Amino acid sequence: MKSWLHRLDVKASPYLYISPFFILFAILGIFPLLYTAWVSLHDWSLISDTHTFIGIQNYKDLLADSFFWNALWNTLSIWVISTVPQLIFALILAHVLNNRLRGQSLWRAGLILPNITSVVAVTIIFGQLFGRDYGLINWVLGIVGVGHIDWQSGTASSHIAISVMIIWRWTGYNALIYLAAMQAVPESLHEAAIIDGATSMQRLRKITIPSIRPTIIFTVIISSIGGMQVLAEPLLFGGGLTGGSDRQFQTLSLYLYEIGFSRFDFGYASATAWLMFLVITFVAAANFFIIRRIRRA
Amino acid sequence: MYLTLIAFLFFSAFPFYWSIVVGSRDNSALGDVPPPLTPGGNLLDNIQRVFDTVPFGQALINSAIVSTVITFSVILFSTLAGFAFAKLNFRGKPGLFVAVVATMMVPTQLGIIPLYILMAKLNMLGTMYAVIAPSLVSAFGVFFMTQYLSSALPGELLEAGRVDGCSTIMLFWHVVLPVARPAAAVLGMLTFMTAWNDFFWPLVVLTPEDPTVQISLSNLASGYITDFSLTLTGAALATLPLIIAFALLGKYLIQGIMQGAIKG
Repeated sequence: MKSWLHRLDVKASPYLYISPFFILFAILGIFPLLYTAWVSLHDWSLISDTHTFIGIQNYKDLLADSFFWNALWNTLSIWVISTVPQLIFALILAHVLNNRLRGQSLWRAGLILPNITSVVAVTIIFGQLFGRDYGLINWVLGIVGVGHIDWQSGTASSHIAISVMIIWRWTGYNALIYLAAMQAVPESLHEAAIIDGATSMQRLRKITIPSIRPTIIFTVIISSIGGMQVLAEPLLFGGGLTGGSDRQFQTLSLYLYEIGFSRFDFGYASATAWLMFLVITFVAAANFFIIRRIRRA
Repeated sequence: MYLTLIAFLFFSAFPFYWSIVVGSRDNSALGDVPPPLTPGGNLLDNIQRVFDTVPFGQALINSAIVSTVITFSVILFSTLAGFAFAKLNFRGKPGLFVAVVATMMVPTQLGIIPLYILMAKLNMLGTMYAVIAPSLVSAFGVFFMTQYLSSALPGELLEAGRVDGCSTIMLFWHVVLPVARPAAAVLGMLTFMTAWNDFFWPLVVLTPEDPTVQISLSNLASGYITDFSLTLTGAALATLPLIIAFALLGKYLIQGIMQGAIKG
């Protein structure tokens, strides 16, 4: 009897332990995923109770929708302007912190501090800093003689302002991840290079970066996935759901939100969600292959 | 070297300082040339006005409830599943684990419309249940715990427990949980932070009358005439709990992120 119970325990327990995750995930993760695909094939709005099957019409409409392409370019532009400086700064910071320094834990805490702040708070604070009339940044620009910039109204200027918020929030986090990877690089490599007279910059380029390549690929992929989904920054930067009067900084997520929860056109919004997923996958995959190529060459 | 670091520290700390400067002054002070660079004396007054303008007290309570429930649920279910994946043998394990990892890649936006329809059908729109439900489990949490337990939990400890007649659930309670505690702390803090700062989903399902802190904050900011001293006071207040938690537990959080990075 007892051994029978024991056998049942050993056999069944693992499934029992993983089942909460899988059951909840099936209801709240997988089901919505498949249901989105189903909804996207319909003329489905919250106002009407009948949902007409229209095949891939929503997708066709989207590909002919200039607002969709506008949102896609804005997203890609903000992603490039924010990711490239972010990862370069992070590499340099991690390289500096990888030396023996006083107050390591203080510096590390400083790195991660922006990341624990909510994106809403960050955007509100930066929105004020980037204000046209009373913003501190324009005041400083005025002193150096550049003059006032209406950050929200231009395409390039609004993309830069939004990217600054993203850079501010994520640079330290990435630096911490790089630092972790750098500490696993054998110190003897650096010592040998120092004896050969290599400068700090040379060591960063020739030793550190090649050794932490997998980590760099990891951070590029993660920032691409995040960058494709930017929503709160443009939404709260002013200009509402359209991301400015000319949609100059409306991102894909913001457009999805506008279609789904302001027009309540769920079919069209679902199609947007799937296309967005395709874009994310494509960008992430493209990055993966490009970076692998560059480092090999 | 130190110069680079100090410049960076200034860059990362300045917006916090600035929110205090503006938040502790009268809104009209923003028009001053040159702009004020030191805190003023209006902080308490502004805090009072934040609570008068939006239901900020209710929002704080809501956020606290939502984040706490999510945190405990994620820790419990992730540790359970992580234990099974790391140390127990069962049929289909590799495939199921790959399924967990694969789901980490799917963006939240993809499920948001059906989830909204689901919540509407269940009459949960506008309630905290709708905010909590989709976050009760986390694929990242399961992955994180599996990684941690497979290296931190010695197999001999489990065998010793078995010999002493422990059932699997007793092993979980008496052996696994104590070992998992440091990782659970890190996972808990990450989860709490994410839940506290979450914006998109609460924005979709909640009303301005019964919001979470982040929604409250965005409502403060999106009025027709933005009162910056008011919104920046709100921003500082919404961040304060996390700053305090960070001051107490930040060391573990940083360790956890760095550990996760090496293994990931």
